[in-house]
Amino acid sequence: MIESTNLRPADRTMYDCRKAFADELATLARADERIVAVCNDSVSSSNLAAFRDEFPDRLVNVGIAEQNMVGVASGLANGGLLPFVCAAAPFLTGRALEQIKADIAYADRHVVLCGMSPGVAYGQLGPTHHSIEDLSWLRAIANLPIVVPADPTQTRAAMRWAVSTEGPSYLRIPRSPVPELFAPDTPLEPGRFVPLTDGDDVTLVAAGTLVWRAVEAASLLRIEGISARVLAAPFVEPLDEAAVIAAARETRGIVTVEEATVSGGLGAAVAGVAARYCPTRVRVLGIPGVFAPTGDVEFLLEHFGLTATGIADSARSVLADAGR
Amino acid sequence: MTHPAGALQNWNIHALVNRYSMLTSSRPQVDHWRAFRDRVRDAGRDERANLLATASAQVRRDVLTMIERAGLGHVGGDFSVTDILVTLYAAVLSVEPAEPDWPDRDRLILSKGHSAAALYATLASCGYFPATELATFMAPLSALNGHPDRTKVPGVETNTGPLGHGLPVGVGTALAARLRGSSARTVVILGDGELQEGSNWEAAMYAAHQQLGSLTAVIDRNGLQQGARTEDTNALEPLADKWRSFGWTVAEVDGHDHAALADVFSASTPDRPTAVIAHTQKGHGVSFMTDRVEWHHRVPTGEELALARAELSR
Repeated sequence: MIESTNLRPADRTMYDCRKAFADELATLARADERIVAVCNDSVSSSNLAAFRDEFPDRLVNVGIAEQNMVGVASGLANGGLLPFVCAAAPFLTGRALEQIKADIAYADRHVVLCGMSPGVAYGQLGPTHHSIEDLSWLRAIANLPIVVPADPTQTRAAMRWAVSTEGPSYLRIPRSPVPELFAPDTPLEPGRFVPLTDGDDVTLVAAGTLVWRAVEAASLLRIEGISARVLAAPFVEPLDEAAVIAAARETRGIVTVEEATVSGGLGAAVAGVAARYCPTRVRVLGIPGVFAPTGDVEFLLEHFGLTATGIADSARSVLADAGR
Repeated sequence: MTHPAGALQNWNIHALVNRYSMLTSSRPQVDHWRAFRDRVRDAGRDERANLLATASAQVRRDVLTMIERAGLGHVGGDFSVTDILVTLYAAVLSVEPAEPDWPDRDRLILSKGHSAAALYATLASCGYFPATELATFMAPLSALNGHPDRTKVPGVETNTGPLGHGLPVGVGTALAARLRGSSARTVVILGDGELQEGSNWEAAMYAAHQQLGSLTAVIDRNGLQQGARTEDTNALEPLADKWRSFGWTVAEVDGHDHAALADVFSASTPDRPTAVIAHTQKGHGVSFMTDRVEWHHRVPTGEELALARAELSR
């Protein structure tokens, strides 16, 4: 369990995880000369300027050409290098989906696909730039672990895990500001949720940028005497099936929370496991099958109920349905 | 390059296909291939062409048997690319079939993955895996899928099948070689119809920008795509001009002239990638298949098989 003092709004510093990403990439590259960065003209949006300056030969910028970018990464891995493909998540996953499937996942290449600024992080730039479909698309591809870090520490841990694990992976690197949630040595285990609060009334399973809001929702519920179990899901694939089954057995309903469409992502994965092994009420929070209206990130998250208040409302509603 | 007669006939499919793991090399066949390669290298131009033509006929006969057994395949494209594949593996590429992951090997990427049968037959002739495995082509649980899978077949460098994937991967392998200080070459074989995929041109631009002299793209210019002529579908010409305008050195060659192919593959330009436009015929080697669009993926029947075998045994 983490110290809830980390989350008190008054002393909370918020971070853009792309900074931790850039620092860790340089650290990893200093220790491992196989590491190269591959990007699509995204040196600035992927925060790669420092990497380029330190390792000019190890930045492969293919220009605005995502299919080529992912194919090139597969070839670099064939040649013994370890590519980090860094590109805005909507274009990496949407434009190069077949390359991700065939050249990386099916060909079983040790390539780290890094989807930067996912979810609705691009706010007012609109649905073309929102990456809410990536979790659904990539969950449908075999042999592709999906890691959704929730804070800078987990971002670094995810990158170290991806380097030390043979084979492909997709890391969804947050841009929307998040507080530091995890102590530096918090382990990151594939296929394991990280429990953040204990509770036996309702379970909140959250990924990425919304984990801290789920923890805040649990605080709101606690005031009303509702104990919420909060589980952070750094791995959407492979999923922590045991934790889902335990939550379904030990609490009276599950609310999932993600900055993604409700069709096919974390919520669908959790609901599928619950339905199969221990049917219970599952409320899936995310972007509900629409293209987002114009608005900044805060507005959009509020609009779709992806706030502490909105999550708490859904928890109460699940419990009401369950006959509290 | 040839393997013992009957290798494809004496097979027990259930003994062969009940496995998922990667195939392993055939030492005797590797030795056989090595000796053949030395003969090709030491031969004069005419003799070299004869040796390669003999090996190509064997590959075509193997492909025919594979497609007959599978009841499926892409014989037209297999036969247009056969002479290119055989020339590369017998006279050009620096590879070690007994050590398929040798870091400094040359890379051959078959972007037109639907010609997997021709690739498999050629790889087997080099000893990457026993020729007996060819009999399992597309059978349940075979390593030899209808499109190549590198995790199951040694010698396959990347998984292809969807078109427009091979050249970007080849650009990556050529870049990796340069970054690692290796002199390894990369050769990517593309179908001509495949050039309608935009990803090829993304890769072509970038290869020239990176001055990848170690990269060769071979275009199997048979003029036909699945349903019609390329020029009647989405015209590619002037094709040489397109590659030149993208910053590539361009060579044109008769894709069924082994001596000419060997010559053209031995040339390269240091700072520019090379596009070899190999003028070929779909179904080459069998008169009634030659340049006929229906043989893209038609499967020959009994009488046609006998006729085709007779022509390929001349």
